[in-house]
Order: sequence, then C-alpha cells, then structure tokens
Amino acid sequence: MPGLAGLFFCLKQTMNKEVKNIKKLIVNQSLELDCGKIIKNFPIAYETYGTLNKSKSNAILAFHALSGDQFVTNINPITKQEGWWTTAVGPGKAIDTNKYFVICINVLGGCMGSFGPKEINPDTNELFGTTFPVITIRDMVRAQIYLLEYLGIDKLLSITGGSMGGMQVLQFVSLYPNKAHSAIPIACSASHSAQNIALNELGRQAIMADPTWNNGNYFKTNLSPDKGLAVARMAAHITYLSKKSLQEKFGRKLQDTGSLKFSFDADFQIESYLRHQGTKFVDRFDANSYLYITRAMDYFDLEKQFNGNLSSAFKNTKSKFCVISFSSDWLYPTIENKEIVMALNACGANVGFVEINSDKGHDSFLLNVPKFLKTLSEFLNSTYKEINNEKRI
Amino acid sequence: MKKEFEVISQIIQNNKRVLDIGCGDGTLMEYLKFNQQNDVRGLEPQKDLVQKCIAKGLSVIEGDAEKELVQFPDKSFDYAILSQTLQAFLFPEKVLKQLLRIGKQTIVSIPNFGYWKIRLHLLFKGTMPLTKNLPNEWYNTPNLHMCTIQDFVNFCKEKNIKIDRSLCLTNERISEITNGNMLYKNIFSQLGIFLIK
Repeated sequence: MPGLAGLFFCLKQTMNKEVKNIKKLIVNQSLELDCGKIIKNFPIAYETYGTLNKSKSNAILAFHALSGDQFVTNINPITKQEGWWTTAVGPGKAIDTNKYFVICINVLGGCMGSFGPKEINPDTNELFGTTFPVITIRDMVRAQIYLLEYLGIDKLLSITGGSMGGMQVLQFVSLYPNKAHSAIPIACSASHSAQNIALNELGRQAIMADPTWNNGNYFKTNLSPDKGLAVARMAAHITYLSKKSLQEKFGRKLQDTGSLKFSFDADFQIESYLRHQGTKFVDRFDANSYLYITRAMDYFDLEKQFNGNLSSAFKNTKSKFCVISFSSDWLYPTIENKEIVMALNACGANVGFVEINSDKGHDSFLLNVPKFLKTLSEFLNSTYKEINNEKRI
Repeated sequence: MKKEFEVISQIIQNNKRVLDIGCGDGTLMEYLKFNQQNDVRGLEPQKDLVQKCIAKGLSVIEGDAEKELVQFPDKSFDYAILSQTLQAFLFPEKVLKQLLRIGKQTIVSIPNFGYWKIRLHLLFKGTMPLTKNLPNEWYNTPNLHMCTIQDFVNFCKEKNIKIDRSLCLTNERISEITNGNMLYKNIFSQLGIFLIK
C-alpha cells in the first residue's frame, strides 16, 4: 500500500511543520547533562493556561508523564485531541485556570518541540536519532528552570504531576528546595522498580525489533517503526489499567458478529481496543523519544543520588507536600508512594498523604476520579489561601 | 470545640511541633495550627477523614498508628497526642512506647471505664455498658482494651512512665487528679487526660 504509506508520511511532515510554530524558549546557556555531554542553544517547548497575577504567586508547574506533552488541557493543536489532563486542568476544574497560571513544558528528549532525538543536530545537520545524548529526569527538571527564569517566577504556588511527572516533582524539590510553596507528587516512585524497568525494556525491545527502526535512523528512510511503537504502547497501556477495570469494561466480550472467527483477527473487544490504542499513539509520538524517555525513567533513583538516604533529598525542602496514590495502581503502588512519605517524615518535612480508592489503575490520575480531583482542588485551594494570608500579615 | 480539646490546647500553648495520632476530621489540629501557630501533623486511618483534613490545609497522613509510627524520628515532636484512641489498638503498649519515643512529651486521654454509670450499668443490668462516650455494642465496638483511670496510672508506674500532669473531665468540668482524690476521681470522671514522658 504505497499510497497509504505516502499519506502517513505527508501527515507526519505537516505535523513536524506545526511543531515549529509552538511556543518555544531557546536556552542560550549551556547545560551539562548527567551523561557528561554539554548542550547549549537548545529549545524547550511549553504552553501556559490562565493568567499570571501581578505578584506572580499563582503559578503551578505541571510535569507531564511518558506519553504526555506541554498541551495539558483544551484541544492539543498538533494532535487535535484533548489535552492529557483535561479532567483536572481548566476553568472551574481542580486546577482552576481562572485562578491559577498553569505552565507545562515538553521534557528534554520529547517530541513536541523540545530538544529531543527528532531535532536537528547542528554539528551534522541531520536529525539526532539515537546520537542524541541519554537524558535523565534530573536533566529534564534542570532544563525547565530556565523557563521559570524567563517568565520571572521566583516561587511557584505548586508543582505537580503523575507517574513520570511525579518523579520530576520529587527531583525538582530536591534540586530547588525553596522554589515551590507546595508539591503534589501523584502515583509515582522515588526510584524506578525492577518491574517497571522490565516493562520499559519490553517496550524498547518492541521498537528495536521493528526492522524499520534501523538503529534509530528511520528518518533517513521515510519509514518509521510504527509497528514496534504500537506494540510498546499496547503493552504499556495494560500496565496503566487494573485487572478489575479491564474485566468490567471488556470481560470476554467479542467484536462485531459476536462469535469466534477461528483466526488471529481481533476477536475480543480488548484486543481491538489495545490495537486502537497502539495505532493512535504512533500518529503522535516518536519512537526514539519513547526510547529516551523510558530510559530516563529507568535511571531515576533519587535515593542513589543522595547516597542511599532518600530523606537527605528532602532535608532542605520548604514545600508543603500532598502525596497521592491509587488503590488499584500496580505500576506505582501505594507502598512506593508511602516510601516517599516516610522519607519526608524522617526529615520532618510538611507532608500529607492519601490513597484514593479507585478501580481504574495507574491511569486514575488522568481520569475522572471525583475524590482525587476534590483532594487536588482542596489542597491547592488551602495552599493558595495560606500564602495570601501570610502576605497580608 | 469540645472541652477535652480545650484542655489539650492549653497544655500545648504556642509554636510547638505536634503530632496528633488518630486526628479524625482535624478539629484539634485546626485549632492548634490556626489559633496557636503550632506546626501540626496528623495520622488517621480513615480515608474520608484524611481528605477532610487535607481540604482544611492540614498535613495528615493516611495510616495505621500500630504500623506507621516507626517512620518518625526520636523526639521529633514537642507533643504527641493520642485522644481517646489508646483503647482501640491491638497492642496499646507498643503504640504508647512509640509515642513516648517520638514526642518529648505525650498527651493521652482515655475514656474512664471506672465511671460510676458504667459500674452501675454492669452491676445492675449485667450487660456491657453503653454510654454517650462508649455508644457501641460489645460486638461492634472498636474499643479492644478498655481501662480505668486507676488502671492507666498503675500501668505508668509499672512501666516507669513519668506522669507530669493528670486531669479529669466530668460533665465539661476539668479538675486535677491527685494521690488523695484518686479513688473518688476514678468513680466520678468520664475522661482522664495525662501528660506523660
């Protein structure tokens, strides 16, 4: 089907063009990455929602997860899909953009305009591909601070994010203990578990096993490892759900005719659903970016950064914490979130913690889970009030 | 705010670090934080109550005191509070030990099982006592280890726990317990409040 492949190529080309029109800050300082390489004059793409108040005290930095981007809410101008956190962010929502100024930055290594493997290497005038340096969560967070400087924001009202976004929250407070009044790490971990590294490796191997991946040089061939990336997404998607939610939503329900076809077509609804998730993802995500970002997650070990004592990561923090986990999340289970709480308590930090009952698995933080959204909203609201009261005194 | 909490707030005064174990909906914490500028943390097993506390701006952790007190360092709080919860633990002695480790001082309040109405209830009705403070039937009560004011004082003596202050509450009236009036207070008080270390 050369026609169809051609169409896909065209689509991707226009997407690339549009990526060039989004908000970007070119950082002209140099940043030494954890791998030792130094990057300079690199772009970070971002989006903001709501209005920054005069005292610049209503800013919330939201960190996106593995498959997210800077388009938190409304319709994403590139993918034409709803933003990844539309349930939580917007006018009148938990993170109310009528009240707060919400910032989100595409991570280093990402594919929505920030410095990543899809960008051109100025030394070779070719796309980076896998010659892009391996980045870490710490690199991602350090790159984001430049935007805060650019926007003139000294101290954020809050920082928040789920999954890899939560890891960035933890990294942020350990790097900048006095730059956020409050911090809300959601469904995350202070060091990536063996199980999660294994699952990420499965995704990476699926991409690399696709012959069109071509050692990351697929951009030279006008083909991309869509099959591999789709399989990676399918596997990952299962880990974002819970057994119970899958059973309730799909059970053994069949597609179409309602009878088994005795073939390898998608007989079951769950198969068709996963295939759909896979193909939808490749339209908006770059396979090399997927490799880089999952690698960054795997390398994340805040405890190790602080010589085996997680508490020391937080010992200077002035932030008020609200750690949130979900009962059915088996990817970043409550126990891993509690380890963060324990480390915070061990150094006397100001921390609250709640596990929200939800059957929706790890994805709960992205979905309409009323008790979660209420907690998020009320915690932010109380922080906002406290800060404004302090100022009046 | 109930009288018991007023008494506890008066003991604590201002600008202290306080841990409220079994903080419920955070009523006491709220008062200690916003009216007396204390740095307060709470621990509470019920999710809906934890959520209420967080909404009020209180830093409360969802968790079970029998398992989770170990995470707090020695003497990391000026006061550890345990209000009418000691009797509900599987191992009250272990919990108390943790409190004494975490807090420079500990405030414990107990519903007094020696209160005369409870004694009469058991004596005349011959069934497990139900009162305003202890409204649950024997088969669904969370209270596993009821004790009297005398029991608690004996316990502290036996375990070398120093009691700095002993107070009791009867119908919203507060008074001191002394060696001389112990027998009387153990009959006429609904609640005992102890400052120990």
